[in-house]
Amino acid sequence: MFDFLQGYDLLGAFWVTVQLTVYSAIGSLVWGTLLAAMRVSPVPLMRGFGTVYVNIVRNIPLTVIIVFTSLGLFQTLGVSMGADRFTTINFRLAVLGLTAYTSAFVCEAVRSGINTVPLGQVEAARAIGLSFPQVLRIIVLPQAFRSVVGPLANVLIALTKNTTVAAAIGVAEAALLMREMIENEAQLILISVIFAAGFICLTLPTGLFLGWVAKKVAVKR
Amino acid sequence: MKAKPTVLYDVPGPRARRRNVLWTVLFLLALAAVVWWVVASLADKDQLEWSKWAPFFTDARVWETYILPALKNTVIAAGLAMVIALPLGALLGISRLSDHRAVRGAAGTVVEFFRAIPVLILMLFANAAYSEFTDISPETRPLYAVVTGLVLYNASVLAEVVRAGILALPAGQTDAAKAVGMRKGQTMTSVLLPQSVTAMLPALVSQLVVIVKDTALGGAMLGFSELLASVRPMSANYGANTIACFTVVAVLFVILNFALTTFASWLEGRLRRGKRSTGAVVGADAVDELATPGEHMGPTDGTK
Amino acid sequence: MNATRTGRATVRTGRATVAVAAAVVLSFTSAGFANGATGAVPRDHGEDEITVGIKYDQPGIGLKTPDGTYTGFDVDVATYIAKELGHDPSDIVWKEAKSADRETLLQRGDVDFIAASYSINDERAKKVDFAGPYLLAHQDVLIRADDDSIKQPSDLNNKKLCSVTGSTSAQNVKDKIAPDAQLQEYGGYSECLTGLENGVIDALTTDDSILAGYAAQSQFKDKFKLAGFKMSNENYGIGVQKGSELKAKINTALEKMVADGSWDAAVKKNFGPANYQNEPAPEIGVVVK
Repeated sequence: MFDFLQGYDLLGAFWVTVQLTVYSAIGSLVWGTLLAAMRVSPVPLMRGFGTVYVNIVRNIPLTVIIVFTSLGLFQTLGVSMGADRFTTINFRLAVLGLTAYTSAFVCEAVRSGINTVPLGQVEAARAIGLSFPQVLRIIVLPQAFRSVVGPLANVLIALTKNTTVAAAIGVAEAALLMREMIENEAQLILISVIFAAGFICLTLPTGLFLGWVAKKVAVKR
Repeated sequence: MKAKPTVLYDVPGPRARRRNVLWTVLFLLALAAVVWWVVASLADKDQLEWSKWAPFFTDARVWETYILPALKNTVIAAGLAMVIALPLGALLGISRLSDHRAVRGAAGTVVEFFRAIPVLILMLFANAAYSEFTDISPETRPLYAVVTGLVLYNASVLAEVVRAGILALPAGQTDAAKAVGMRKGQTMTSVLLPQSVTAMLPALVSQLVVIVKDTALGGAMLGFSELLASVRPMSANYGANTIACFTVVAVLFVILNFALTTFASWLEGRLRRGKRSTGAVVGADAVDELATPGEHMGPTDGTK
Repeated sequence: MNATRTGRATVRTGRATVAVAAAVVLSFTSAGFANGATGAVPRDHGEDEITVGIKYDQPGIGLKTPDGTYTGFDVDVATYIAKELGHDPSDIVWKEAKSADRETLLQRGDVDFIAASYSINDERAKKVDFAGPYLLAHQDVLIRADDDSIKQPSDLNNKKLCSVTGSTSAQNVKDKIAPDAQLQEYGGYSECLTGLENGVIDALTTDDSILAGYAAQSQFKDKFKLAGFKMSNENYGIGVQKGSELKAKINTALEKMVADGSWDAAVKKNFGPANYQNEPAPEIGVVVK
């Protein structure tokens, strides 16, 4: 019954999906937090930049961004991300695109977390003479992060599902393999069930686990 | 809430103001460096030549032949997906609030299943299934596949929106309905559902943004002639002006979605301020959360 | 969730907002339906109308131009055939025939015949009939005009090769000719051209007729050249429904087209500027393996 799986690297494809997710998650956590910091910073230009970035990126389809990294950044501007082989270049471009897109959502989640930190905390920090970067780094962000584990988990799961878009520029992840298998094998239902199950295995436990973590670390007020 | 960020730092004094100016200048320089690099590289690759951009400004036929029909397909797919997904989602959402365990369980499973799967996987499946099991013409098949994928996914997201909308209503509404002797079904159709529709409008509009964005997947992967897919015939006709085509398409997406987002937050603000409704709102931001699998397993965890 | 529990319940604002939302959704959908939308509406098969499947995005072969007309060699051949079958050019209904859809379009009867760089092979011949062939093309590569590092097919080793998703030509090169070539696939050839122009891709491979069509575009004049490798034989045929009586009529039309010089004129017009060395008109019914 599962003969048709011969010759296809199913685990390899899902491994690429996982790698895309992990690298993009790290990237967007960093860049998203920086963006959030910009959006609450005292420098009007940074605030403006953060706002414009988030509003533009959230309103563009991820597909457009991903396809653009390949056709615009790589093919036209020659940005090859320090790699020489197409497979590596495409993978890195996909991570770049996913990071650029996802960080807008991370930024908004972190910003909403910053809003949950009580006024007194910040006022106390300022009273003992901490500067804005110090207030943010030592007092606000640690508390903010604890309250946004839930929303960030949502972003992470959305990101896991969004990695399929990398198929549009030929990254050999799960969705691309699925399309190839559908074209070549007459086992549509079975193939679809396998890929659906694969994604459920990736997203459902993440959601449940991080939901549990969110309750654990939430600041009790 | 609005004044809050300013609490993070003191009103700038002379030194802080100087520091802010310094940061502004540094940031401006960094931005300028990036912009300069982009412009210089584009110019170097002849992408800024007027001939590659001119068609969009001087040639109405580009719009008539490629962009507008494509935009229309994007809007049709998104609109159809919303119109079909909404009643399905309402049905699923109400089923999840049912008193019968089996109904609740079945609806819950469907919702969790489709929320856990990438919409692209659903579209690929629908496309192949239509070609194998039905007689839909290859011309319209991508539209069917895109709408089907979007409906399957969004019906389950909307189910959660509907459920949240109903749970957001004050408990007094149900109590009052019971008091005047309404049955469960009557309570739902004549009291809860009509009011919750108002409450969830912002979330619905903002889900429409998600739907519009996802139609682009159909263009890239299924050969659906939507906005993103119009880049190909355009750049085939105008000498590979890929950058120009992408810019125009991206700007159109941003305008369309920005209008929807703005409309959603306007609605939300209006509803929150509204004195004459229950004041119950499922906000536009709730959608991200509701789209996540495994988060809302119980039947009554509407408030977090 | 953002449940705020204030205010009294009245229905009026609710109704107003529902109406607005309904209007928004309706205007979205009706805007589409009113205008005949996606092209999904079945064509009315009038007496004189004939429906022809062509490519929409291949310059020189079949291209939908900004003013809504169609150009290319396949278009010229199809127009000639239609004329011989008794249809005015204005009675031709053009339909896009994407590579993967061609057999289905014919089997369903959505089109009367297909002229869309459609190579005759055994696999396809099981499902549809072919008139012609009307052009003998070969798989070739398009390279930058100033690139003299690719002189023979084996030079493609370690080069960056581009083709379209699902096309056999790129896989062909990789399997048989240059196993060390890298392969990038896109949805369309024009995507490859950008990379070729900018030097991140070294060669674009597919049928030389298609490549010639691209190279012949005025914007690309003198930028690209055909390498002239004849890596396969592609016999373009006119696809018709299995057992269709059109096959014989189309063959007669094709013979006439070659005889009266229209065939040569069409080749010159569509491929000429690219310095494309076309094969002589193929003999009807003879498929070069």
